[in-house]
Amino acid sequence: MTLVLDRISRVVGGETHLHELSLTLEPGSLNVLFGPTLAGKTSLMRLMAGLDRPSGGRVLWDGKDVTGVSVRRRQVAMVYQQFVNYPSFTVYDNIASPLKLAGLPKAEIDRKVREAAGIMHIDGLLKRLPAELSGGQQQRTAIGRALVKEAGLLLLDEPLVNLDYKLREELRSEMREIFKRHRSIVVYATTEPLEALMLGGTITVLHEGRVLQSGPTVQVYHNPSSLRVGQVFSDPPLNQVDGVVDGSGVLLADGIRVPAAGHLADLAHGRYRFGIRANHLSVFRAHDDDIPVPGTVELAEISGSETFIHVHGPGIAWVVQQDGVHTLRIGEPVTAYVNARRLFAFGADGGLVAAPPRPRLGMAAE
Amino acid sequence: MDKRPYDNKAWLLVLPVFLIVAISAIIPLMTVVNYSVQDVLGPFQRVFVGTEWFEQVLNDDRLHGAFLRQLIFSGCVLLIQIPLGIAVALTMPVKGWQSSLCLVLVALPLLIPWNVVGTIWQLYARPDIGLAGVAVNSLGIPYNYTSSAFDAWLTVLIMDVWHWTPLVILLCYAGLRSIPEAFYQAAKIDGASAWAVFRYIQLPKMRRVLTIAILLRFMDSFMIYTEPFVLTGGGPGNATTFLSQFLAQIAVGQFDLGPAAAFSLIYFLVILLLSWIFYTYITHTDREDAR
Repeated sequence: MTLVLDRISRVVGGETHLHELSLTLEPGSLNVLFGPTLAGKTSLMRLMAGLDRPSGGRVLWDGKDVTGVSVRRRQVAMVYQQFVNYPSFTVYDNIASPLKLAGLPKAEIDRKVREAAGIMHIDGLLKRLPAELSGGQQQRTAIGRALVKEAGLLLLDEPLVNLDYKLREELRSEMREIFKRHRSIVVYATTEPLEALMLGGTITVLHEGRVLQSGPTVQVYHNPSSLRVGQVFSDPPLNQVDGVVDGSGVLLADGIRVPAAGHLADLAHGRYRFGIRANHLSVFRAHDDDIPVPGTVELAEISGSETFIHVHGPGIAWVVQQDGVHTLRIGEPVTAYVNARRLFAFGADGGLVAAPPRPRLGMAAE
Repeated sequence: MDKRPYDNKAWLLVLPVFLIVAISAIIPLMTVVNYSVQDVLGPFQRVFVGTEWFEQVLNDDRLHGAFLRQLIFSGCVLLIQIPLGIAVALTMPVKGWQSSLCLVLVALPLLIPWNVVGTIWQLYARPDIGLAGVAVNSLGIPYNYTSSAFDAWLTVLIMDVWHWTPLVILLCYAGLRSIPEAFYQAAKIDGASAWAVFRYIQLPKMRRVLTIAILLRFMDSFMIYTEPFVLTGGGPGNATTFLSQFLAQIAVGQFDLGPAAAFSLIYFLVILLLSWIFYTYITHTDREDAR
């Protein structure tokens, strides 16, 4: 089943939640809806599901117009941020509920429920009530219920945000495997760049109700079409610096000379906004062609086995994502090393002009 | 082993609490216990009578009648007020100024003092000058709560429903508002009917507030005194004499302090027992609804 959103929009009480957009979702595809809160991810999902009617445009299922068709008569399953299960049903009955409504024979229901429970690793909990489960188990039940329905469209609206870090990692990698085997259209909304990258598939980057960019997730990560995509699809956000390209190369901020080599060689003379990801900066020199940028430590946050060092200098305010745990005093002088091969260049309108070449095997992985 | 100096001064710090509890609870209670096992003949003449008063009260037909009436009354109150409260809460608007307005209107009866409620209904339901009383009679339905036991019951019940259903409504409304929108969406996607949404989402999610509502309404109605006292004075005959009324009759009306004290203790124990049953029920369901 193919789902086509044809120039749909959504306006609520004079406020535009979604500007006109078109999307085609193929069966068996994994589609990531990516964007910060209020980007319109949930609004878009509600339109896909048929919970809301678009203000303009059409929704087509396999070429058939279903714009006004109620959600009850569409084949949709949805998983939410909150753990939504029937409170008085056991795990078994929760998973079985869509099948019972569909009127399937008992034996088949039993087989499907046990299969879904097996996939979600909750086969030992079938007799429990939702209130007797941990958050992760509750969400597993909810996902199991969505899977068992075998709907043509499976919507997941930030299903992992309410789980703790460890459970999130675990469930995320399991889900990626489950989606691979799924024949339906899977739509997964998330605010986290890392999550989007781990899921892969295709991505639609939304911002304030507009589609900024769509395409294969990894490709969008390496070639953000605009500065804004680069910013939202990086965590921490893409570091930025103003620069000028002239005859003698690139001049960043107040006098940092960078050679205009490689992908920067073809840039026309003029002003640009350059971007570099935090994990491509370092406070240690890694390559001979790294350029030192002097600054002071504004803040140093240790997160797991990484340290996020906020470096401020004349014309720059960057975050350096440094491997390892480092203790740095605030105000301490520090040198950040930047490599020209890693710079994104954006034009005056914010559009991408030059992107760093994709890393080959053997180079530092993303 | 402990070499620290032992200091009795700590008792001084606990003393105020002891005094307060003694004056406010233990001494009054012991006075009742005293009266319940003695026959007071004069200021300094009292005879220990053992369990005589208890036996007398427990074998009193008037008590049996009052107890039965009390059970029927509390049962009726729950049967009417809980479903009605849920129904009204379900139909109340959820947002905008309408919801605030509804909440204020619904809460109004709760703000009226109990004896005023009795007075309002006494006047309102009077067959000669009361708006409701005259209206019903003019429809050709004979209605007089001072002469007909059925009418008296009906009036007391309607008055209690009017006075206390708002509490159930407010509790249910709060319970309903705590259900995330996603549950309704999920039900819609599943194709669940309105009845199924109520039965499998709203009702289970309201279970805890409903338990509290049932507990409060049961205890309160079991101890009802002021409103029927003002409205019917327990009449006609003994038709609306509930337990508290009966107690007041023996204690204040007949000044039979012994039997009254014995009955007070029984009444207290009955309420304690029922509270305990409800309490264990609530904590039990709490463990089930650990979320």
